Amino acid sequence: MRDHYQLIVIGGGPAGLGAAFSARRGGLDHILIVERDVELGGILNQCIHNGFGLHYFGEELTGPEYAGRLIDRLAGLGIDILCDAMALEIMPGEQEHSLRLVSADAGYRLVTCEAVVLAMGCRERTRGAIQIPGTRAAGIFTAGTAQRYVNIEGCMVGRRVIILGSGDIGLIMARRMTLEGAEVLACVELLPYSGGLTRNIVQCLQDFNIPLFLSHTITKIEGKDRVKRVTVQQVDENFRPIDGTEMYYDVDTVLLSVGLIPENELSRAAGVEIDPKTSGPVVYENRETSIPGIFACGNVLHVHDLVDFVTEESESAGEAAAAYVLRRSDTDKVRGRDEDHTGKSGDPRQASCFSLVPDQTIAYTVPQRIRPACVDNVVRVYFRVKAPYKTPKQIVFRDGERRIVASFRRPYMAPGEMEHVVLKRALLDGVRGDHLTVSVEEIS
Amino acid sequence: MIFDVAIIGAGVVGCAVSYYLSQYELKTALLERENDVAMGASRANTAIIHGGYDPVPGTWMARLNVEGMRRCFELCEELDVECRKTGSYVIALEDEQTETLKILLEQGVANGCEGLEIIDGDACRAREPHLTEDVAAALWVPESGVINPWEFALAMAEVAVRNGVSFMPNTRVCDIAWEGDHYVIGAADTRESFEPLDRDAEPYAAAGSARGTGEQPTTGGERGKTMIRARYLINAAGVESDTIHNMVAPPSFEIVPTRGEYYLLDRTVGPLVKSVIFACPSAAGKGVTFSPTIHDNFLVGPNAEVIDDRDDTAVTRAALDDIARKACRMVPDFNPRTSIRNFAGVRANSTCGDFVIGKAAENFLDLAAIKSPGLTCAPAIARAALDILREDGWLSERKADWRGGRRVVRFKEIPEEERAAFVRDHPLYGRVICRCETITEGEIVASMKREIPPVSIDGVKRRAGTGMGRCQGGFCGPRVLGIIARESGRDPLSIEEDGAGSRVLVSETKKAVRRE
Ligand SMILES: Cc1cc2nc3c(=O)[nH]c(=O)nc-3n(C[C@H](O)[C@H](O)[C@H](O)COP(=O)(O)OP(=O)(O)OC[C@H]3O[C@@H](n4cnc5c(N)ncnc54)[C@H](O)[C@@H]3O)c2cc1C
Ligand SMILES: Cc1cc2nc3c(=O)[nH]c(=O)nc-3n(C[C@H](O)[C@H](O)[C@H](O)COP(=O)(O)OP(=O)(O)OC[C@H]3O[C@@H](n4cnc5c(N)ncnc54)[C@H](O)[C@@H]3O)c2cc1C
Repeated sequence: MRDHYQLIVIGGGPAGLGAAFSARRGGLDHILIVERDVELGGILNQCIHNGFGLHYFGEELTGPEYAGRLIDRLAGLGIDILCDAMALEIMPGEQEHSLRLVSADAGYRLVTCEAVVLAMGCRERTRGAIQIPGTRAAGIFTAGTAQRYVNIEGCMVGRRVIILGSGDIGLIMARRMTLEGAEVLACVELLPYSGGLTRNIVQCLQDFNIPLFLSHTITKIEGKDRVKRVTVQQVDENFRPIDGTEMYYDVDTVLLSVGLIPENELSRAAGVEIDPKTSGPVVYENRETSIPGIFACGNVLHVHDLVDFVTEESESAGEAAAAYVLRRSDTDKVRGRDEDHTGKSGDPRQASCFSLVPDQTIAYTVPQRIRPACVDNVVRVYFRVKAPYKTPKQIVFRDGERRIVASFRRPYMAPGEMEHVVLKRALLDGVRGDHLTVSVEEIS
Repeated sequence: MIFDVAIIGAGVVGCAVSYYLSQYELKTALLERENDVAMGASRANTAIIHGGYDPVPGTWMARLNVEGMRRCFELCEELDVECRKTGSYVIALEDEQTETLKILLEQGVANGCEGLEIIDGDACRAREPHLTEDVAAALWVPESGVINPWEFALAMAEVAVRNGVSFMPNTRVCDIAWEGDHYVIGAADTRESFEPLDRDAEPYAAAGSARGTGEQPTTGGERGKTMIRARYLINAAGVESDTIHNMVAPPSFEIVPTRGEYYLLDRTVGPLVKSVIFACPSAAGKGVTFSPTIHDNFLVGPNAEVIDDRDDTAVTRAALDDIARKACRMVPDFNPRTSIRNFAGVRANSTCGDFVIGKAAENFLDLAAIKSPGLTCAPAIARAALDILREDGWLSERKADWRGGRRVVRFKEIPEEERAAFVRDHPLYGRVICRCETITEGEIVASMKREIPPVSIDGVKRRAGTGMGRCQGGFCGPRVLGIIARESGRDPLSIEEDGAGSRVLVSETKKAVRRE
């Protein structure tokens, strides 16, 4: 291990692995990946089902296989990897950034670097955040925690199960628990539509005859020591339980799949600007955050449904980090040669910039800011709609003068499925004003 | 064998008594029906060290509050328990409530409080900017603060066990008989009522086994029932203290279990309040309390609801909504969505209206119906108990070799410049297990080597602080379970989340079968 790196990647899940790979390809020699777990791969290690990699590798892989491919790509590239180590603090600086790390093997240390890629992933929302009334018995797990117990520790967490929330992890666990011999009695979703991918609803619920109750929620959990029973009720349009709709389930386990939250405590403490819409950093077209030299990708930036897009995004973040480091060292060289040199270093911070402003139909966009001059050819904009659309609609980008800059048709859209569009540099150059609004509109 | 003293109930009161008694040449037992100390009201409360203006002069509560408060802070220092003197405000939201503040101030002065002061609304808001603009005036109580309540009870019990007190968890007192010169307590093993694991492994140590260096009880009679003999009994059974009282003496009071529910807010909401904020009691009822915790989170609650089942610590929609409404009146920025946990505790309120402290029968002392501010008063209640024992001639000899004091290594508290060396020498403190609270494996393993080792995931949580944060153990739970299994040599399937019967796992997953 060195005391100084060109780039430190925090998190060794698919986002971190992708960013490190592309930064190395982009010309950096000294890269460190810090991973808290004892091995690389991130959350993929517990996702033993298949369905990964169709977009990126063009074949269907399991989570660990997908992670394995990303890890194998790094072999022989001379990237330092520090597992079983946690990044505790990022201290941004003018000249370089410093990171505090702690690990049983490498100790407590300060490492400096020129660029950082944030790739810490996300965590799950818990019961406390949604306040389910009742006891605090054992047997209430977030779906991801249950997934870890079952797939990594090899232990079953229950025999009769109900699932609250129709997020993908909950759906996947409905199938997994059933295959392990548990009885999954129902999946209950507060909203009138599911937050999961359609393919998961079909393959994980319908194929196993597990009912999905939309506009329902769990209104009570009973059981002193271990969960014994839950009450499920229908809710009205204000999400208030409707009297007389009670259903009772005798279960020993409740799995919660009620949302993921990007894990940005480190970023916040470092002063990185956070977008309340994504709970992730506000980024530019190259996934650079509000602090120069700090980049973000993967679930720490916004929650992805498919790892393939994480890989794609992380590769652009890694490339951008490499470009940032190399540009700085070029500038340093130039400065060293010619004291008077004041010329433009092509510093993207100087470039003009506009923001993407989602209207009330769009939950968020990533990136949130674009500097047309910094876009090589195209910029990919990821977004989610706020409500499901079952008939064809168009996504419209309008500039400060309400002129349509671009529009894209989609046959069908749902909040559970992240969408993306590709904006060409040429279009961006024509933008007037300081923002582009994004909205879902009828096809005219 | 016959104990000199048996304390029934290892809440903060029982633990405080055991701590002081361990300083004397006595064979003492601390009996608890749960699998750990502080599993009752002592772990589910507002964690406030009350200033002493609230109890009506003349009551036990009024007599013991200020002394208890000062002893709490001293003991925390001595035993390395987390506490903080935050001070508190009682806020008046209308002008007529200002009169109430004056009464509280007078009561406080009568009870021995120091530094009380009534300030106007602007002065209060200058110090607590998130408070509502409706604050008309506030009573400032500088001596009060917040504490880590379960660690407080635990720390006292640990020192007691170190000095020979026998801590007997999973021991539920069912009946008590007087046999001429001692009591015979019939105690059931709480774990017997839960179904055993599907497999053979014996999940627990032998039934009725005591921790600590003290003497072992004798087992006999019915299966699973232990006979424990003791010359003197102290009833510190919290919500069950009337039941225990009635086993020995004629009924003289009745517990009125009164539940209080809470929100615990994540500290990422920012510095909502610096001090404890009480609503001024008024005709409209009691408001809620807004309080910083020792871990920089915020507690909002409790309500007060009389319930039938004394063990019912469920939370309800109605109460949470009510608390939210009242909390917004005090701190308009309160947002229930920043909550990371809800919980409830049951107060041992009683028909007597005050603590019940005193002899109820020969060699039988009640420390019963210890309601709020019982946490604050606990050390003073224990001193009052000692006075009674002394009068009866039980405290003749002090232990010459009593060892007090306690130190806990908390990674977060190690000074920056010493951390590198510390982790080099103790590598387990370099492995972070709880990512939200930055708790290391070293701290967890150390907690398991103390006088009263944790037996459950929440037992580790109460000692090391794992799982207290925003992910509520989602990340560290499986890891903590693994460490408990490894360090104690137990079957992972036998490990509980919290109390007896709250097992986390049910079986192993299917195994691959190799075909020949
Ligand atoms: C439980 C769960 C199940 C999922 N299932 C699927 C699925 O079935 N199919 C699918 O396509 N997508 C799934 N996803 C989506 C998944 O989020 C992405 O596919 C992808 O794993 C995200 O990659 P990432 O690298 O951003 O995050 P992660 O894979 O979470 O990796 C982040 C890594 O950062 C490390 N880390 C965090 N903080 C620190 C720190 N301070 N110091 C050091 N290391 C740190 C973590 O240990 C972790 O290894 C799932 C997500 C979750 C949470
Ligand atoms: C909602 C709420 C808020 C409060 N807020 C505050 C506050 O902010 N400040 C303050 O000073 N005080 C507060 N209190 C009061 C304080 O928490 C209690 O007064 C104190 O914890 C009582 O301690 P205890 O040891 O008497 O009872 P407990 O902690 O309840 O202990 C009694 C123990 O006896 C055991 N037991 C019962 N029956 C048997 C049996 N048959 N055999 C063996 N063991 C048995 C129980 O398992 C339990 O562990 C609050 C209380 C509540 C409920």
